[in-house]
Amino acid sequence: MTDTSGLLREPWDNFERQRSAGKFGIWVFLASEVLFFGSLMLTYTVCRIDHPEAFAAAGRATNIWYGTINTAILLTSSLTMAVASQAATVGRVFRRLVIWCLAATASLGIAFLVVKAFEYKEDIEKHLVPSAGFALHDTGAQLFFGLYWLITGVHAVHLIIGIVLVSRLALLGYLQKLQIGEAPEIEVTALYWHLVDVIWIFLYPLIYLPGRAS
Amino acid sequence: MTDALLTGDLPLPPRPDYLRHGVTLKSWLITTDHKRIAILYAITITIFFFMGGIAITLVRLELLTPNGWLLTSDTYNKLFSFHGIVMVWFFLVPSIPNTLGNFLLPLMIGAPDVAFPRLNLFSWYLTIAAGVLTVYALIAGGVDTGWTFYTPYSTMFSNSHVFAAASGVFVVGFASIATGVNFIATTHMLRAPGMTWFRLPLFVWAIYATSIVMVLATPVLAISLLLVIAERWLGLPIFNPANGGDPILFQHLFWFYSHPAVYIMVLPAMGVVSEIIPCFARRRIFGYDFMVYAMLVIAGIGFFVWGHHMFVSGQSPYANLIFSFLSFIIAVPSAIKVFNWTASLYRGQISFEAPMLYALGFVGLFTTGGLSGLFLASIPVDVHVTDTYFVVAHFHYIMVGGSVSAFFAGLHFWWPKITGKMYPESWSRFAAILMYAGFNMTFLPQFFAGYLGMPRRYHTYPPEFQIYNVMSSSGAAILALAYLLPLGYLAWSLYYGERAGKNPWGATGLEWTTFSPPPPKNFDWQPRVDRGPYDYHAEGQSAGLDPPEVQNARGVL
Repeated sequence: MTDTSGLLREPWDNFERQRSAGKFGIWVFLASEVLFFGSLMLTYTVCRIDHPEAFAAAGRATNIWYGTINTAILLTSSLTMAVASQAATVGRVFRRLVIWCLAATASLGIAFLVVKAFEYKEDIEKHLVPSAGFALHDTGAQLFFGLYWLITGVHAVHLIIGIVLVSRLALLGYLQKLQIGEAPEIEVTALYWHLVDVIWIFLYPLIYLPGRAS
Repeated sequence: MTDALLTGDLPLPPRPDYLRHGVTLKSWLITTDHKRIAILYAITITIFFFMGGIAITLVRLELLTPNGWLLTSDTYNKLFSFHGIVMVWFFLVPSIPNTLGNFLLPLMIGAPDVAFPRLNLFSWYLTIAAGVLTVYALIAGGVDTGWTFYTPYSTMFSNSHVFAAASGVFVVGFASIATGVNFIATTHMLRAPGMTWFRLPLFVWAIYATSIVMVLATPVLAISLLLVIAERWLGLPIFNPANGGDPILFQHLFWFYSHPAVYIMVLPAMGVVSEIIPCFARRRIFGYDFMVYAMLVIAGIGFFVWGHHMFVSGQSPYANLIFSFLSFIIAVPSAIKVFNWTASLYRGQISFEAPMLYALGFVGLFTTGGLSGLFLASIPVDVHVTDTYFVVAHFHYIMVGGSVSAFFAGLHFWWPKITGKMYPESWSRFAAILMYAGFNMTFLPQFFAGYLGMPRRYHTYPPEFQIYNVMSSSGAAILALAYLLPLGYLAWSLYYGERAGKNPWGATGLEWTTFSPPPPKNFDWQPRVDRGPYDYHAEGQSAGLDPPEVQNARGVL
């Protein structure tokens, strides 16, 4: 039996209970996040039903390579995150693996943002920011890109928060300040990370695939 | 002997309660004690309440005459917008959940604190930050969109501080979500041994149902405001018709939050009243299970009626029919609650202390507001009264007559627990009756003015409506006095009030078994529960007589 007394926080008198409350709390929060992104996707859906042609044309104007590479990066980061989370449950045996996987997850998150930055730069050069000099002329194409900037921007903010949380855990683990087997933070952070990833899996076809099949 | 030991009645060494546990300002600002955070919230929302109140005082003064004598139309628009924004998001939404809920939820379930105490404090700081943004919007020149931020006016035409005001509401939404997550986790994980789900006091159920609505609806409000901000600030066109956008889409997103938000405001009020009526009627609540299910059903169906705010927006007539039908349906659980409160009084030993007066006032005003809601759910009537004072009167009956009455009811009922002092009874009864009278005088004429066709949100009006507006404004003066009175006598009672014992009302519920005010960790012993709530008399019998000391305290003898 490992000592968990150092991890016990107010108001709990039982560490297992505290741990499950943490998990339960993050699940409730994720439900809230689903509605957050859900309403953005709903807005997208309504606009797309109004302007199917313009959305197809605008979808073709995105750079599918950046999007696909980023999807691969983010899926891989979820793998490393899942490995870290699972390895942590075993305890100190896999301490190095946990830290490496956390570091890899954060790095992949940063890689995603770097690719995204290149994509944003290209979009700006191609005048894909809604304004007077917008590149596409179909009515509704500006709606697509308005939502594109907003949704990917909000997603990036979520990812940055995730990177900060994961890096913090990696650092604390490296400094021996994290009780890897017991601390609930790794699993809670992992759940958040996976949600950000799952949202991207929905965003990828919505943003990059319209208008490409035919 | 063992009984005295179990209930903690043996003399204990004196130790500070939660109020005297630390006296510095810092000890308040970094506290994670749910009771102190409740006090912080109470101070905050009181300030916002009077800010919103001053704004509407000017509006009501202006409406004394038909032609506008005090304000320009521009200032008028900004004042009622500020009133709406502040009262909805900085007073009503946090009012009962964040003050009474924060204070009582852990006490009622026998827990030492909420599940995530630091998140609780963080939520208060978010509220403050959001409040600063909103007040900045006012000081910088105000916002004139109304509290609803309707597009395309808010995105394309308004020259006021929409950005700051919308950001304020955006941020306060996250405070709301954090509180909701916290309360749900607390109710699930921290109930004392024996406190099963169907032994929970109805107030806990109400806070739980409210939290679910907060967690699931508020993110949609955040997105609707984020889209407005993005369109104004970054020029990303979502609602601009010139780019193919749909301004009505904003209304759908906005009301998907803002209709459930009505239940965020009124469900906790129902919870408060469900505690008070049994206590002052000395009766078990009638139909406990139905009360629980009714609240959950209201919270659930509340998500599917938002379209009744949009009957005249040009949405499909089939959508109108369905939204109308669902809006009628939601009256059923609401009526179950009203009938059950009334039935709880039957064969009771009723006494009329101030909390009971406020609570009975709630039942009457909520019923009036709810019945007028049925008029609005009916499409033909709604088309006639859309955007008139009929609507204004209807939602004030629910939100002010209902929620604010219940807030005052709860404040008086638990005041001895929160402060350890009794409030002055005669003054409080006077204020309660004054509030009821003032409220009806303010808002009843608005039903008539609205039905006769007086539109809302104009600062001039045809002279034939003046009689109603003069009545309304004079009622508002009485109402203002009734709101100021408690501020005075409750502050007085802090210093000169009689000391309150553990349980001055002889009420059931775990919060009454600990000291008044409670110690920092709420209970000096582990509370255990072996019976249901509202155990005022043996099941199947009428209310019996209380022990003499309780009768004495309640003035029955």
